[in-house]
Order: sequence, then C-alpha cells, then structure tokens
Amino acid sequence: MRAVRLSVTAAATVAALAAVTGCTEKSDASGDDRVVEVTATDTKCEVSKKEFPAGHVQIDVTNKGSKVTEVYLLFPDDRIVTERENIGPGTSQKVTAEVKAGDYRIACKPGMKGKGIRQDVKATGTGKVAERDPRLDAAVASYREYAQEQADETLPKAKVFTDAVKAGDIEAAKKAYADSRIGWERTEPVAESFGDIDPKVDLREDGLEEGQDLEKDWTGWHRLERSLWKDKKLTDRDSELADQLVKDLEDWQNRVGKAEITPTSMANGAKELLDEVATGKVTGEEERYSHTDLVDFKANVEGAEKSYELLKPVASENDAALTKELDTQFAALDTLLDKYRKDKNSYEFTSYDKVGKADRKELSDAVNALAEPLSKLAAAVVK
Amino acid sequence: MTDATNPTDAANSTNAGDSAGRTDSAARTGSTDQADSTARAGSDSRTPSRRSLIGWGGAGLALGAAAAGGAVAATRSGDDVEPTAAGAGAAVAFHGTHQAGIATPVQDRLHFAAFDVKTTDRAAFVQLLKDWTEAARRMTAGHAVGEGAYGGLAEAPPDDTGEALGLKPSRLTLTIGFGPSLFERFDLADRRPQALVELPKFAGDNLDGNRSGGDLCVQACADDPQVAVHAIRNLARIGFGKVVVRWSQLGFGKTSSTTPEAQTPRNLMGFKDGTRNIAGTETDRLKKFVWVEEKDGPAWMTGGSYLVARRIRMNIETWDRTSLQEQEDIFGRDKGEGAPVGKAKERDKPFLKAMKPDAHVRLAHPDTNAGATLLRRGYSFTDGTDGLGRLDAGLFFLAYQRDVRKGFIPVQRSLAPDALNEYIQHVGSAIFAIPPGVRDKDDWWGRALFSKDPKEA
Repeated sequence: MRAVRLSVTAAATVAALAAVTGCTEKSDASGDDRVVEVTATDTKCEVSKKEFPAGHVQIDVTNKGSKVTEVYLLFPDDRIVTERENIGPGTSQKVTAEVKAGDYRIACKPGMKGKGIRQDVKATGTGKVAERDPRLDAAVASYREYAQEQADETLPKAKVFTDAVKAGDIEAAKKAYADSRIGWERTEPVAESFGDIDPKVDLREDGLEEGQDLEKDWTGWHRLERSLWKDKKLTDRDSELADQLVKDLEDWQNRVGKAEITPTSMANGAKELLDEVATGKVTGEEERYSHTDLVDFKANVEGAEKSYELLKPVASENDAALTKELDTQFAALDTLLDKYRKDKNSYEFTSYDKVGKADRKELSDAVNALAEPLSKLAAAVVK
Repeated sequence: MTDATNPTDAANSTNAGDSAGRTDSAARTGSTDQADSTARAGSDSRTPSRRSLIGWGGAGLALGAAAAGGAVAATRSGDDVEPTAAGAGAAVAFHGTHQAGIATPVQDRLHFAAFDVKTTDRAAFVQLLKDWTEAARRMTAGHAVGEGAYGGLAEAPPDDTGEALGLKPSRLTLTIGFGPSLFERFDLADRRPQALVELPKFAGDNLDGNRSGGDLCVQACADDPQVAVHAIRNLARIGFGKVVVRWSQLGFGKTSSTTPEAQTPRNLMGFKDGTRNIAGTETDRLKKFVWVEEKDGPAWMTGGSYLVARRIRMNIETWDRTSLQEQEDIFGRDKGEGAPVGKAKERDKPFLKAMKPDAHVRLAHPDTNAGATLLRRGYSFTDGTDGLGRLDAGLFFLAYQRDVRKGFIPVQRSLAPDALNEYIQHVGSAIFAIPPGVRDKDDWWGRALFSKDPKEA
C-alpha cells in the first residue's frame, strides 16, 4: 500500500513541475531528473547523475555484468533506504524510494556479496516526502531502543554461559544456557535481517547446508547445547565455540542499532516470532537436547507483544476489532504459558519433553489463534 | 478477522488513499483481462481471463471448448463471473431448503474436517458462523475468499490462500454439522435434538479419540481435490482463535453414488457396495429417510438431517490374500458384475436367503433391518502406510439419515456378525446434526439454532 501512495505523490510532483515549466507531461521517464540510471557490471557501478531532487526518486538498474547483482540506496550510516536483490545478468529493474535532501550512496553488489561498489549521491532541494504518522516514527525509535537493550543485556548473560563452558562446568553451563538466549529470541527478526549473524549463533543441526561439516562449520548455542545435553562432555572445541559465540553476539550488539526497521517490518516481525514458535518450538525441534523450548517460546511471544504494544495506538484506530482480538489472544497465550512456569516472573519453564501431546496441541492452537490475526497487523498499521 | 473476511466491512474501514490504491489495482487487473478477451474474437466477455486459465489441465483445449460452446465457466480470479449450473466444473447452488452436499450427486473428492470450539464468547462464535457462511457462499460459487488472493496490500497476507485460483468451482459443496458436544456450550443444552444421540459402542470398534467426535464438522466435496482442500483450509484459517481442527480426512473414489448410474463405484476391496443407495432425485425416499420433518423436532432442525461419520480401516493385505469365493461370499455379490448371489445383474433384486447368513449385503439390507435406510456418501481413503508397511486405507463412511436411532444404529448392530468384520475395523467415529440449508444471502449456517425463537428466525 505504501508503494501506491508513493507513486501517487510522485505523479502529483511531476504534474506540478510540468505546470511550472509549461511542458507537456512526459510519458518517457528517462529524461526525468528524478530517474537515476545505474549501470552495474562485475567491477563498476556507474550512475547517470550524482544529484537529484529530494522526494521521489527512481533508480533504473541494468546489470551488464556476468554475475547476479543487487542494488542498494543507503544512508551514509549504511542503513538501507531501499534495495533490490537478484538482478540477473542482462536484466533491468526499477527501484523507487522517497528521500529527504541529504547525502546517500548507491551500492551495487556483484555476486550479491561484500560491501559492494559504491557511489556517493546527493538529494537536493525541498521536495516533499510523504509524511509518516509521527506515532509510527516513535514506535520505530522505541523498538530500535528495545532491540539494542536486548542485545546489551544478553552479552553478560551469554558470558556467564560461555565462561561455564570454558571452565568445563557442565551443570553451571546448562543452568545458564536458556537464560542466555532470551534477549536474542525476543528480537530474532531484527538479528535475522542482517543475514550473516543468525546462522552463526542459532543454527540447528539440520540447518547445515550440503557440503558443510558438522564438526567444523556448526557453531553457536545449539552446538554447545548438544555437547552439554547429548555428548555430556566439554572439549577444547567447545571452548573455541564459546569464544566464537561471544564474538558473534558482540557483532550483533554493535550492528543491531543500524537495522532497517519500519512499522510494517515491526508488525511482520511480531508475526515471524510466532511463526518461529509454530514451526520450531511447538514441535520441540529447537531445543531438542535441552528441552528448554518453552523459554524460547515465552521470549518470542514477549518480543512479539513488544512490537504490538508499540504499534497498537495506530493499529487500534485503523482496526479496533483486530486489536481487541490481539489483546484477547496475547492474554490467552500468556495465561496458557504461565501454566508451565514456576512463577509469574520466572523463566523456569517445564521441560518440553514433559509436555504431553494433548498439551502441545493446546499450545499450538493458542499460537495459531494469535498468529493468524497478528498477520493482519501490518495492514492495520499502514492503512 | 471479521473485517478481513467481510468485503463490506473492509471497504468501510478503508480510507480514501487506500481505496484509490485498490481501485487502481483492480483497474489494472481488469484491463489485462479485457485485453485477453479481446484477443479471442467472438468470445464472451465473461470468458475466464487467461491468467485464470493457467493451471487448467489442457488449458488450450478447455478454453476452446468453453468459447465454442458459449459456456461461461466461473473463475477464481476475483472477478464477478457467475458460474453456470451445468458441466463437471460448474457450481452447485449454495442456497436452498436443505444443505447442498447431501442429496447432491456425489463429487469425486472429499476433505472432511471436525473442529472443536475454543471460544466461550457466543457472539464471537455466531460471527464465525456468519463469516464461514459468507466464505462458503463465495467459494462454492468459484470465487476467492474476502478480497482475494492477490492485488491487496503488499505487506499483508492475502485473504484467500490462492491455491484454487484458476480452478473451476468443481461442484464444490460445503456442508456444516453440529456435534453433541457443541450443545454443552453457549446454553444450548435444551436445544439438543433427541435424535442426536451418542453412538453406542459397537462390536469390534477400536476408536481413536483423535479421529473421533468434534463440536462442528464441515464436509467439503468437489470434483477437484485442490478445491476441496482449499475450502477447508480457508475455513480453518478464518476460524483460528475460535475453533481448532480436531481431525480431518481426505477421501477419493466415491464409494457410493446418489445418482442412479449404470455402475455403482467400487470400494477399495474391489466390490460394488450400496447399489440401492438413495438417489438425489428420489424425493419420496429422501423425505422418508433423510430430511428431518417439523414433527421430528426440534424446530431448528426442520429440513436438516443427521450425519454419522466412521473411519473404517481395511486390512487390505489380508483381504487381498482371500480367495475370490470367500470374498464374494462375504459381500453376497459377485466381484465382476456386482450381482447379488444367484442373480445376473447388479440391480437385480437380491434374494437374501440365498446368501450366507453372515454376508454383508444380507445383514445391511433394509429388509433385515425393518426397512432402515441410509443415504451414503462414503469415500475411499489412503493415508500412506502405517509404519508396519501396511496400507493405511479403507472407507470413510458418511451416512445421512432422518433419525440415527432408526438408521445407522440398528444397521450397525445387525452388522455385528458380518463376515466382513474380519477385514475391517472402525477406528474413528462422529455424529453431527446437519441443520437445514442457508435460505438466502442474509441467512447463515445455524441461524435458527442460535436465534431466540427458531420459528421467527
């Protein structure tokens, strides 16, 4: 829907320009000063202009190289304004965005790897940018803060866990394991948006790709989980893995603030957290050795609830029936989860292998009951 | 949920900017379709769009035939094409005195689902029944649910799941039923029909609780399995948070027919069974054995029926090792023609005393059961293998009747000594009250049950 709204704005802008200059409307956009033509090759990223008026901008990309490429419009701090992936050799794509005056970069990534080949560009003037509801800007800012907090709070907990691993203290490590994952599980969609961190820290055994080696390439929490609960011993390799985990989590902590977050990505991120529950936790696949699935489950729901609470002021205006339903279903799921919890503030949950088939179905039903209306939150936010 | 599945509500709650967006998108779709139809000179302007034809088996041929015959097939592309009433892919009328899917000529495929009600909020449940009715009305006509499967907001999941796009209505029928356990909710106990009894335990039953019972059921029958699966999937989706799927069953190869065909379909044992099933055209027998009359009570059930569903597992491998003579003796028919013992043709009147005393036909026949007659709509099922390498297959038995106490129960009791029992086992069981049909566009499934005075409803 946003795309449609943007193009309406763009059409109005073009019409206004035409009126001023007395020109007839141009049907061919290529002469438009709002179109930047980008010619991407395996070694170059050529732009047709380095300055364009603020407001609506269209990037016409042609890939003349031999590799699949992707193109980004970036803020100077590398936050993404807009992007387009999978532009095959010999093909063209149009990418549009709405930008305020300021400095930007266009990056081509031949092979879709690395930092890409960059060009500095500039948006000038006072072109109108469609206003976003300031409450949504506030929601994004608060969520960004929340994501950073979760990362900041996770590091010390992760260190308690990894120190125990390195000390060879299996019991202490087991005790610290689930707790060290809570902040991550609450904000997983943000971490996943970077693409490279998630597979390093949260990969499960079956997530390895063909040709990858179980002992060499499998890192992160679940590898250590296996050592602790299945192998029941800690080796030098586990100490290395512990150090690696902290390093990767520090990377997450450093980058989380730069994540591209929008109101719809928050809404859909909340839904994705429930999807994580539905596909990984309810089945007991996530924590197959430690059976601490319900801790992750709770953290996923908390993260989803955080996004929802931040978006609710706007969503409730647009679709009151939906937010009423979401309130009901969040409460129902929380109540159900409390049945498996030591007390209301504890993260000591029943071991998932002790949760019977009928109870798992009840949990699954409650997740579906929440996730289905939650999938409609994005629409309610951008209406 | 409500808003999203109700086009009117959605339109009302949409702001001007959004409407513009939607109109724009609809217009684009429309023009593409128009261009396609223009290209086919002489074709009806309501001929399905090319896009909607993608996925049809032998699309070119089907299109040619449709255009030449001037026939209009309904599409699921969200446009307002009205389906015709004729042809294998046509739509079956949703509105009527009785629900479709009972006396309707049996379709080739089945997706049957039993649901448990989770909500305790009566208004929310009633709204679900209304939402389901609207979705059923659209899907049986060959339309997508709500605002369709594409063209809406890019950031949100579409209302319709989309796998039936481009498929014909395929004679989809959706039939709802209310189980005994539903009447324990929402203060409905005094409305529970006396005929809606708990089935007694029958000899040989080995019932699995996870394949039995349910507060609600929906029977989806269609000539295309994808259409039937799509229907249940979308109803389940609309129902999340209010109802949950308790169990479901896919079926194929109808095992009985409600049309007087030359050939009765065969079950997985290779036999014709149910030759004298009630045909959809036999008004008298339907009235006598299937439809609930006002005097049967309660008032809200008038025009309805009662459904018994049984998952009957067949011991396929041992059956296949049984001699032909024994197989024929067990059924009381010959395998080739399906003729009763001592007769030449399938439809010859059976002489029951010529059959073995424990022959299936002899024990199941109305003459053995004081005239008890059922309308059967069963399907074969095969759910892969059972872990011991045996085919998990059999008959998903569906029988409609005016009163279970005079229908299924006496017949099933008299089948206790059935020789067939050595080769079958009843593993799932459920019973449902099937309310009367949805009368018109303002009516909804179960309205009379949930209204204060059903006569005024």
